[in-house]
This record gives sequence, structure tokens and C-alpha cells, in this order.
Amino acid sequence: MNAGAATLAAVQVVVMVVVSPLLVGLMRQVRARLEGRVGAGVLQPWRDLRKLAIKETLRAAGTGRVSAVGPLVLVVSGLLVCVLIPLVGAVPFVSLPDDLFVVVSVLLVGTVALALVGLDAGTAFGGMGSSRHMTIAALVEPTVLVAVYALSIPVGSSALSRIVVARIDDPASVASPVSLLALVALVIAVVAETGRLPVDNPSTHLELTMIHEAMVIESSGRDLGWLELGSWLRLGALLGLLGSLLVPWGVAQDASVAAVLIGVVTLVLKLAALGSVLAAAEVFVAKLRLFRVPELLAGSFVLAFLAVTASYLVVQAG
Amino acid sequence: MRGLLRLMRAAGRVAEPAPPRPEGLEGANVALGGSVGVRHVDAGSCNGCEIEVAATFGPVYDAERYGAKLVASARHADVVLITGVVTRNMSEPLRRTVEATPNPRVVLAVGDCACSCGVFAGGIGVAGAAHDAVDVDLAVPGCPPEPDVIVEALRRVTRR
Amino acid sequence: MTQVEVGLWAQLVLALATVSIAVLARPALRARLAGSAAAALGVAGAVTGVIALTGGQGRLVIPLALPVDPVVLSPTPLGGFFMVVAGAVGAVAAVYAIGYVHGPSASSTSWAAFATFLLGMQLVPGAADAVSFLLAWELMAAASTVLVLTEHRERIEVRSAALWYAVMTHLSFLLILIGFAVLSAAGHGTSFAAMSHVDPESAGASIAFVLLVLGFATKAGIVPMHVWLPRAHPAAPSHVSAVMSAAMVKMGVYGVLLVVLQLLPAGRPWWGLVLLALGTVSALYGILQASVATDLKRLLAYSTTENVGLMFLAIGTGVLLRAYAVVGPAEVAAGTTLLLVASHAAFKTTLFLGAGSVLHATGVRDLDRLGGLGKRMPTTAAAFGIGALGAAALPITCGFVAEWALLQSLIHGARPEDRLVAVVMPLAVAVVALTAGLALMTFVKAYGIAFLARPRGPEAGVAHEGPASMRVALVVSAVVVVGLGLLPGVMARAVVRAVGLGGIDVFGVSGLGLPGVGAALDPVALTGLTLLVAVSVLVVTWRMARRRPPRPVELAWGGGGVRVSPRMQYTATSYAEPLSRVFDDALRPERDLEITHAGESRYLVERVQFRQQLEDVVEVRAYAPGVRLVDRIGLAARRLQNGSIHRYLGYSFVALIAVLIVVSL
Repeated sequence: MNAGAATLAAVQVVVMVVVSPLLVGLMRQVRARLEGRVGAGVLQPWRDLRKLAIKETLRAAGTGRVSAVGPLVLVVSGLLVCVLIPLVGAVPFVSLPDDLFVVVSVLLVGTVALALVGLDAGTAFGGMGSSRHMTIAALVEPTVLVAVYALSIPVGSSALSRIVVARIDDPASVASPVSLLALVALVIAVVAETGRLPVDNPSTHLELTMIHEAMVIESSGRDLGWLELGSWLRLGALLGLLGSLLVPWGVAQDASVAAVLIGVVTLVLKLAALGSVLAAAEVFVAKLRLFRVPELLAGSFVLAFLAVTASYLVVQAG
Repeated sequence: MRGLLRLMRAAGRVAEPAPPRPEGLEGANVALGGSVGVRHVDAGSCNGCEIEVAATFGPVYDAERYGAKLVASARHADVVLITGVVTRNMSEPLRRTVEATPNPRVVLAVGDCACSCGVFAGGIGVAGAAHDAVDVDLAVPGCPPEPDVIVEALRRVTRR
Repeated sequence: MTQVEVGLWAQLVLALATVSIAVLARPALRARLAGSAAAALGVAGAVTGVIALTGGQGRLVIPLALPVDPVVLSPTPLGGFFMVVAGAVGAVAAVYAIGYVHGPSASSTSWAAFATFLLGMQLVPGAADAVSFLLAWELMAAASTVLVLTEHRERIEVRSAALWYAVMTHLSFLLILIGFAVLSAAGHGTSFAAMSHVDPESAGASIAFVLLVLGFATKAGIVPMHVWLPRAHPAAPSHVSAVMSAAMVKMGVYGVLLVVLQLLPAGRPWWGLVLLALGTVSALYGILQASVATDLKRLLAYSTTENVGLMFLAIGTGVLLRAYAVVGPAEVAAGTTLLLVASHAAFKTTLFLGAGSVLHATGVRDLDRLGGLGKRMPTTAAAFGIGALGAAALPITCGFVAEWALLQSLIHGARPEDRLVAVVMPLAVAVVALTAGLALMTFVKAYGIAFLARPRGPEAGVAHEGPASMRVALVVSAVVVVGLGLLPGVMARAVVRAVGLGGIDVFGVSGLGLPGVGAALDPVALTGLTLLVAVSVLVVTWRMARRRPPRPVELAWGGGGVRVSPRMQYTATSYAEPLSRVFDDALRPERDLEITHAGESRYLVERVQFRQQLEDVVEVRAYAPGVRLVDRIGLAARRLQNGSIHRYLGYSFVALIAVLIVVSL
């Protein structure tokens, strides 16, 4: 059992590392084409990473070890999330069930590392980005936990792989009101957590509107490379989770070669579809004022809570 | 939203076709592999060059397709793009911006004012041209230079 | 004499020895000798607790020269667990105090009070009847009040803090006294064994439950009786704050567990709801105030309120689910309380001792004036960082394990048939999630502002690491935080079984398994996986660093501006500002804006002064009016005392007539 899980984990990590920058490239291309431009190409994020690897890394006086270690922690947490979430296959390790709270905590370790990197820069921008980022992370956590809790009630377990497998076995549950409400809430939570519009504009130049950019404004060279790769991995993993919950078919339930291949192909297709839809939606949406973001997050929490109450009504009736 | 969709469908592709590729810039430190971050510094211009730079990164000329991207921080940049004559108040911030950019870096002076003070030569707040404050690697003359010329200069750095 | 009795005697003897050393020793040697003796007292308490936890029996009867029942000490396994917590925290704090104490906290009064405090705190869980319990409780309260007053000559706010603390702790004593009186009247005896025969359905049991819970909640720092915590913890010396926060408030939790598990086990559902309500409100309010606090110790004090709220939430869940016969999750919830107790004791000790080091090194507690301490005090920074990770419930610390278990018991505790439970459980999950998120932000703020980047004030620029005893204590508590996080299983199972619950089992390499709800967690496996994943990243970065080492530069990127200074960094107040705006209604900050115009014209501004103050809302809205009313009554009552002997004789006469009338009725 563990050998299968280990194979799938390795495949997931490799696929996500290769595909996440391509996903970001695809999203930028979709946005460019909708704006009438040609765009830099799907491979551009990989070119960015290659360039950052050869650039100098500058460390300002006053920064400490956190500026060097933080980016590594972010990447490692992103890789760990890719191992734990059922993306290609839903076969967890025997001694490490991919429990909801464990996955969320690992994600939050990365969030904290990024926030500390922002604070360590010792500039006003870094602190500002860090403060906004942590406020949003604090307000997103209830939505994420309650939404996945809603999805776990019909299954009886909060292990993500069990939830995905239960949805494969019972197609009707994917289209149920519980599922739809919870997934809408999760979409908003993912958008907030990964710093996409309308919560944060990833390509802004105005420091006072930055959240994620402000935290990395001081990093250069390979520090910046790790930070970018870590953020892209988190985006890919969370979109992959949404894909596995929305369209669970294709997720491998064993470690055979055929199942793994199908899993990889369907994962790539799901990521491409979700990424394109997200990028297209971003073209039509403007960034929200920072102090309107809690209202958006409160709304998503209400949806998640409604999903939980709906799941009780369904179980009672059924 | 429907209006925006109709506009997108009607406009289609706005970017003009790419002109032939120019030669790469000399120097062993310019091996950036097609990904270049550009930090724009306005050292004291009349805003004419800014408009041309904005047009360069706009949909018609679309410098991003060659790998050049405007970035928010000097630490993320490979190219420091200077427009305007260097005024007294901006000479130190300009120097600090270039110093904050990690190597390998390229300094681009765009416009007559940045190259040689242009019409503001001898003015009361003017400290000099860009090469008086920092080492300039590539000069793009013109008042203002056309976006084509700016694109060509950037393509010499990105090699795309 | 059994081992437990030996242990209890040892504690009494060591306490006496510490007091004698404190009084008799020369000032130069006092700290070291008294500190070592106090540490030995703590260790004796912990060892006795372990023996009682693993089933050791013992009964110590100490006759007093007072017309009350003799003191009977007979710790149950539950009491033994809390004795371990109190003893361990006391021992670590005593070692820390050897290097920390200076000025008034190094006096003989202070050391004697510290020893008495530790003794009282360790004997409370050992009491076998109400009278002994209350005597030990009062000993603890009196000694701690003396300790809170230690620096009253240096800082004026210490006096009012001690007053608030004394009043609230005696309020709790009163409530507990009346509660025990009701129970012992119903059970016909003051021993806990007699009280456990009271019928939980009776009205007397409910009244006693409410009184006891309120009394213990006051001691534990539950909203709305928490108002003494944010005043007393910053006022007390750091080693005392650590013991108060990490061990003394646990005695309140012990009291509630005593009531719920031993005295009135088959509780009613509304009891669970009361505990849940108290717990959720405290957890949310506590962490909200902590997240906007800029005084480091006040932040940690409010964080204690939050954690005790979570403990009450866990106990309430257990009582509620047990009343609805959802046995598995109920047991897990009760066991989770013990996990939360141990975990909070570990990381709160680390955090308070770290804050003490910061105070010792810089002389300031205000986060807005700190910064850059990580480079100057690496041991403190590392230990505080680990404590902060534990408080934020991140892997791999004990806080993470405890929070995980709590969430599991809540998520699997809901049964749709019981509509009440079905509504309450998701709300509890949401509350726990929100507190977890806010705790994350609070501790990123506390660690990041204090230890990272550059100093924001001159005091932080001259900081240096403290003496060896402080560092040793910090390292020991940090190791416990990580150790309990990595290997919780065996200890958790032993503790939970000893207390008579089930629900927690060992999984994998000393991980936690919760068979009643079907969940398991092996932190060692998680760590192993992390290391495996991290190896490739570390190798790649090491090779890149060797080929292109990082280049140090003078200035950070701030837009190229020329007037940069460390004062431009974000402060703790600014860090929490978005959150204080979001929760403006709950926090109600007082804002004061004073604009001085230039003499010549109202359009020109000479000076703008902005002041923002975040007071405790409960204190301002609920207690201040009450205090003002009592003041007015007191002032009015003074008019009765006008000095005239005739009037006083008149009062006595009227009182005598009234008594005669009442007696004759």
C-alpha cells in the first residue's frame, strides 16, 4: 500500500513542479490573448526561473536568516501540499492520512514563512504586505475548514482522498447543493489564498495596492526564484484540489501504470481548464478595495456554513 | 461585461506583427535567456518618453512577447530603463536604483534627454545626462524615440 | 508510607526549606540556593504527579491547629496529571528565575512567596475534599498576589493590577466555596467521594454546577471574568507570569474537569452548552484582543484567555456529546482537553520566559520599540519562535497535535438526528478555525516585529542574551514543545487511560490515533516526509549558493528614496490595523485626533497628534460602571460614620432590637 502511495506521491510532485509554471504561463497567455496581445508564451515562467537562477542574490544589511530560509520553507511546504492532496491519485500513505487539517496547516506554514520574509525585509512595503496577507489568511481559514467539513459529512471522514473516492463512486453527490455551495465557497477561498483578482492583483506596480508583491519586493536572485516557484506550486495544488473535487473522474485509485497515466493526463486537462476560466474571469474583474475583502470572505463563509446545514438536511431526508 | 466581450471579439488581435530580430547586445553578462525584467526610472522628463514606453508595453507593440516585462522592484529587474534628464533631486535615487539591481544588469538610456540632456541642457535643476550618474550600456536616442526603436533595444537584451 | 505520600511530604519539606533559605541566606547566594530548592520542589511535584497518574495510591492527613477538618491530600490520576503540569512549569520557571531576578524580585519575600505559590498550586490537585482544596487554593491565591505586587515601587500600574487580581481571585474563591457548600449539603459530606453521590438531575446539582463553573472560570480567565489577566501578567515578574499563565489558570480547568468527570459525571446537555458558550466567546475575544495588543506580555495574557477558551470548548463538547450518547467523540473531546492543557503549559512557558528575556535585555515590553533581536539574542529568538509555532498550532509542535485532535472531535461529533448538536458543532468548528487563523497572525506579529529586521528604538539596539540559567530554561521548554509534538502518542494514551477515558491510542511511531472517530496522525511520518521532500530543495540551493554566494548590500529596496530609516518599518500597531478595522465593533478603539493650527491661518497646520488606545471592552463597558456604582455606594456609606458616639450607640441599639425580633419569629 505504501509503495503505491509513494509512487503516486513522486509522480504528483514531479508533475506539479513541471506543470505549475506552465499553468501560470497559460493563465498569462489567456489574459494576453483576450486583451488583444500576443503574450510571452506558455514557457515564459520557466524562462523566468532559469534567469533567476543565474542572477545575483542580494541580501540587505538588517535582514537575517529568515530571508534566506523563508523561501525554502515556502517551496518545501508547497511540495508537501502537492504530495498530500489527491491530484493524480487518491491513495494516501498508511501512516500519513491526508487529513484536511494537516493539509491546511502545511499550507499555512508556507503562508507564515512568506509573511516573515516580508517582515524581515525591514521596509515599510514588506510589513504592509505581510500584515494584509496574514489578515486575509486569518479570515480565509474558517471558510476552508467549514467548506471541506461540509464535503466530509456525507463521507464520514475528513481525509481528502476518501472524499474524492466517495465522489467518484457517487456521481450524484458532485452535483448536489451541498457540493455546489461548498465548492463556490472554496473557489473564493482559493482566490484569496493564492492572491488572484479580485483580492490581489499579481501584476500591480502600485505599492499601496500590493499584498503578495509587497512581501517579495526585497527578494532577488534565487530567493525570488524559490518564492515564485513556491507560490506557483500552491496555486497549482489548490486548483488541482478544486479540479479533483469538481471533476473527480480520472483520479487514480491504484498505482498501476495505466491508472497513473490517465490520472496525469486528466490532471493536466483539469488544471488547464480551471486556469483558463480563472484567467478569463480576471479580465472582467477589478481589484477590490482591501477593506471590502473581509465582506467577500464573510460571504464565502456564509456559503460554506449553508453547505454544512444543507448536508444535515440531506442526510436527514435520505 | 457584454460590452467588453463584444469589444474583445471585434478587436481580435491588436498586436502588430513582429519585425525581424536585431542583433544581441555585446557583453558576456547579458545571458538572460529571453526573460527580462524592466525597471523604469523617470529621472526628470517631460513625460513624452513615458508615453512612448507605455505604448511599447501596450497591445499594439506588445514588448512582452519578446520576454520583456515591467517589474515593480529594482531587485526583480535586469534592465534599468532611464528616461528624462537627471535632475538634482533624482540623481541619488537613480544611483540607488541601479545599485539595488542585481547583476547581470543592463542600463538603458531612452530619449535624447537621458542620452545627452536634450532640450534641457544647462537647465537650473539639471545635474546631467544618465551617463553622468550611472554607467549606461545602451542608448536609444530620439525625442521621443518611437516605440519600434525602444522595442528593438529591448530585443537586443532579450535576444528574442 | 506509599510513594505518593513520600512525594507529598517531600513537597512540604522542600517548600519549607526554600522559604527558610529565602529568609536566612545571604543576598549573594539567595537566588541560586532558593532557586535550586524551588526547582527541586517543582520536580518533586512532577514526580508525585507521575506516580499518582500511573496508579499510585496514597493518603496524607495533616491535622491543623484550627477548628476545621484536617487537610486530606489524596491525588487521583486526574489530579496527578495536573500536579505534573504544575510541578514541571514551576521547576523550569525556578531555574529561569535564578538568572532573571533582580531588584525587588530577588528579595527574600519574593522567593518565599514563590515557594508558597508553587506549593499551593501543586497541592490543589492533590486535595481529596473541599476544605483542603479551598485551603490550598487560598494559599495559591495569597502567595500569587504578593508576587504580583513585587515591583509596586517601580511601576505604579502594578498596584491597581494587584488589586484587580486580588478581587477577582477572591470572587472565584467565594463562588467555589458556595458551590462546594451546596454540593456538600446535598451529598452530606465535604469529601469529593461524598459529593460524587449527588444526583445530577437535582436542582441543587445544577446550582452547584453553575457556581463552581463560574468560580473556576474566573480563575481560568474566561470572558467576562478575565479582566485580571491582561493586568496581572504584565505587572508580575516574568517567571511569575509564566507560572501563573501556564500552570495557575490550569487549576481552573482542573476544577471544571473535577466537577464534570468526578463530582457530577452524568451531566445535563445545557451544562455542556454553558461551557461551550463560555469557551467560544473567550477563545474569540481573547485572540482578537491579543492580535491588536502591542505590549508583549499583554498579548501573551490574552492568548492564555484564548487557549483556556478552547479547553472549555473541548470540555463542553465532551459533556454535550456524552449527554446525547455520542460516546466516541465525547471521550476524544475530554481527552483533547488534557492534550490542550499540556500543550499550552509547554508553549506558554516558553513564550513568557522568552518575553522575560526580552524585557531583561531591553527593558521594554512594547513591540513598537523592539526589532532586530534575532541577531542579538539567538537562543531567545529560536525558543520564542518554537513557542510561537506551538501557539499558532503549526507543525511539528504540541499545539498542532492538540488543535488537530480538537477539530477531529468536533468534526466527527455531529449527529444529524440531534438538531441542537447539528447546529452547535459546525459553529464550534468555525470558531476554532477563526481563532486558529487569528492566532497565526498574532504570533507572526509577535515574533516578526520583535525579532526580525532592524531595531525600532534605541533599547533594542543594545540587547544581549541573558545569563545561562535563563537560556537553559528556555531551551528545555522549547524542547518539550517540539518533543510533545513529535511523540505525543504514548504519553497521551497513558494520561487518557489513567484518567478513565478511552478514545486515544498510539498510531505509528508514537503518533495519535483516535479510533472513536476514525482519524490518525503520526507527526514522525510527517516529519520524515518533509525531510525527504526538502532534501532535493536543499541540495539544489546549496549548490547554487556555492557557485554564486549572496552579496551583502547596505540598503534595502525602498523605492530608491534617500531618507530611509528603521523607523519606517511596520510596527505592531500598524500590523494589526487592518484587523482592528475589520473588528472595529468588537474592539471599540478610542481614537483621539488633535490638530494645532498655525496662528496665522486655519488652513495651515502646525501639529497633528493622533492617539489610539485599545482598552478591554468588557472592562470598560461592564466592570467600570459596576466599580463606579460601588464607589458611589461606598462614599454614601461613609456618611454613616460621622464620628458621633451617640449615633454609633443608636446603630447598636437598632441592630439589637432587629436581632431580637428576628430570633423571636
